[in-house]
Amino acid sequence: MKLKGRIRVAIIGPGNIGTDLMYKVLRSKNLKLDLVAGVVENSEGLALARKEGVPVTSGGIGPILENQEIKIVFDATGAKAHFIHAPMLAAAGKIAIDLTPAAVGPYVVPAVNIEDHLNSPNINLITCGGQATIPIVYAINKAAGVLYAEIVATISSKSAGPGTRQNIDEFTKTTAAGLVKIGGAQRGKAIIILNPADPPILMRNTIYTLVRENSAAEIKKAVDDMVALIQEYVPGYRLKMPPLIEGNKVTTMIEVKGAGDYLPEYSGNLDIITAAAVSVAEKLAVNLLQQSGGEVVA
Amino acid sequence: MLPERIQIIDMTLRDGSHSFDHQYTPAQMAAISKGLDEAGVDYIEIGHGDGLGASSLQYGLSAATDAEYLQAVSAVVERAKIGVLLLPGIGLKEDLEMAKGYGVRAAKIACLVTEVDIGQQHIELAKSLGLEAIGFMMMSHLIEPEQVAIKAKLFADYGADIVYVVDSAGALLPADVKARITRTRELVNIPVGFHAHNNLGCAVGNALAAVEAGATYIDVALCGLGAGAGNAQSEAVVAALMKMGYKTGVDLYKISDVAQDIARPMLRRPQEIDRAALMLGYSGVYSSFLLHTYRAAEKFGVDARDILVELGRRKTVGGQEDMIVDVAFELSQKP
Repeated sequence: MKLKGRIRVAIIGPGNIGTDLMYKVLRSKNLKLDLVAGVVENSEGLALARKEGVPVTSGGIGPILENQEIKIVFDATGAKAHFIHAPMLAAAGKIAIDLTPAAVGPYVVPAVNIEDHLNSPNINLITCGGQATIPIVYAINKAAGVLYAEIVATISSKSAGPGTRQNIDEFTKTTAAGLVKIGGAQRGKAIIILNPADPPILMRNTIYTLVRENSAAEIKKAVDDMVALIQEYVPGYRLKMPPLIEGNKVTTMIEVKGAGDYLPEYSGNLDIITAAAVSVAEKLAVNLLQQSGGEVVA
Repeated sequence: MLPERIQIIDMTLRDGSHSFDHQYTPAQMAAISKGLDEAGVDYIEIGHGDGLGASSLQYGLSAATDAEYLQAVSAVVERAKIGVLLLPGIGLKEDLEMAKGYGVRAAKIACLVTEVDIGQQHIELAKSLGLEAIGFMMMSHLIEPEQVAIKAKLFADYGADIVYVVDSAGALLPADVKARITRTRELVNIPVGFHAHNNLGCAVGNALAAVEAGATYIDVALCGLGAGAGNAQSEAVVAALMKMGYKTGVDLYKISDVAQDIARPMLRRPQEIDRAALMLGYSGVYSSFLLHTYRAAEKFGVDARDILVELGRRKTVGGQEDMIVDVAFELSQKP
């Protein structure tokens, strides 16, 4: 079948993340939001979708599976639900972009490895801390070889939802695994800190690496290039402190200000994962259009 | 009426690790823990100053692994309970399981007082491993007594056996401690503990105030070791409690011998309230920041006190040691 114009997508789970995602998808040139699916008829998320003229359902995943036109589905529910959704979406021939920590599909950071997974039926976005820090480790690894990577993600208490709070071990373990698998570090460690200050702080990340080669100029350039690449899909991503090199230890600090689509600006941690999800979907959409011999909207 | 017994939890080998930049050798830990065991303390808490899994570039690499420390201490301690501390977000469930394998009997689950809910899964895990689970509310100076008590209730509801009011910044005065302990005791029906830091010189006095308000678990450290200006000094707390008529089960001569003959010769620097430590208490900054701040002040050529005041202004909390470098870097960029 020849696909034309925009690829049709759906969002399941219209909570904070799903709603923020909705506003970003609505701005996309390659994606057309066909359906937002929830389970609570009068939820705020569904009401906001209706207000934007997006079709909604409170029938859960069922209506998405029945709709042949929908090619890509964002899952913003939870890990438990995604374990159930993943095989259903795969059977229906839809690509799942998983924003939960379920890790059914391969880990993907758009700035690093989306090209390797354009034909994967399921893509996992690791964690917000992973999206913010893994690409920096990847860049430093390319420039100098990373023996050990350790990241500290600090987020405001207000932007840490119950999913993060009740599964903090999973957050740290998944992020650490991503530092190794995608970042290329030989060993990885992740630490997460919640800060209750009011007004809330922006998401900040410190990335420590121990490197094999002392190549300051290459490290600095690699980090600058990577920051620019990420800024293409996360405009609020900023180098707070350029790489500080002491012996073989490199310390880099990143701050993430959210776009303020639905979640406040301090929720950079949530913004970076919804932005990554849309970036991945756009790449997949272009791929689907090209594979079908259809037209890509520039 | 005085309570039957005050439980003494010795911090020399955990919070005290901060005073040694986490460079205790397992042999040193074994020597001190043997002395503490013989002196009669109820609990000996050990490990990296920031708990299980905290050996890191962020908090400092320790000289040995958690497992090596636990092995060395468990080989010599016969009577006291060995304890560990875990900060959710730093240590993992696996670390607690490993510790259990070395005969650890108590686990403090340490959360910032406003973020107690992130400790639920770890309290439940500690209980399922058959450990005494202790809810540890760090930076309790940040919120009012009523709010502290409400958070303590959460820990109790998760199944904690004991809940602690923790003055991580050494910022509380005796009346503040009393108010927090009193309100917590009114709201929860599990024993309440108190952990002091001496940045304003109030550690022993605050520990006594806590006991007077009904706390029955008190954290202490030999020679007053610990982050910042240190914890309440074990020998002094034991002596003072005896004078007040409380029973501790600790032999005063023996504990003062362990302090003087075993711990003191190991000290790398005087344990005292210097100008930066004082500023921790005054600004309400996490005590563990002290030595990291000295290093950053030197590296970036700025005054340690300026860094600490700015960290206080930005409401940094435990675990944010990376902010020290961030702030020092920013201060150094100012003309």
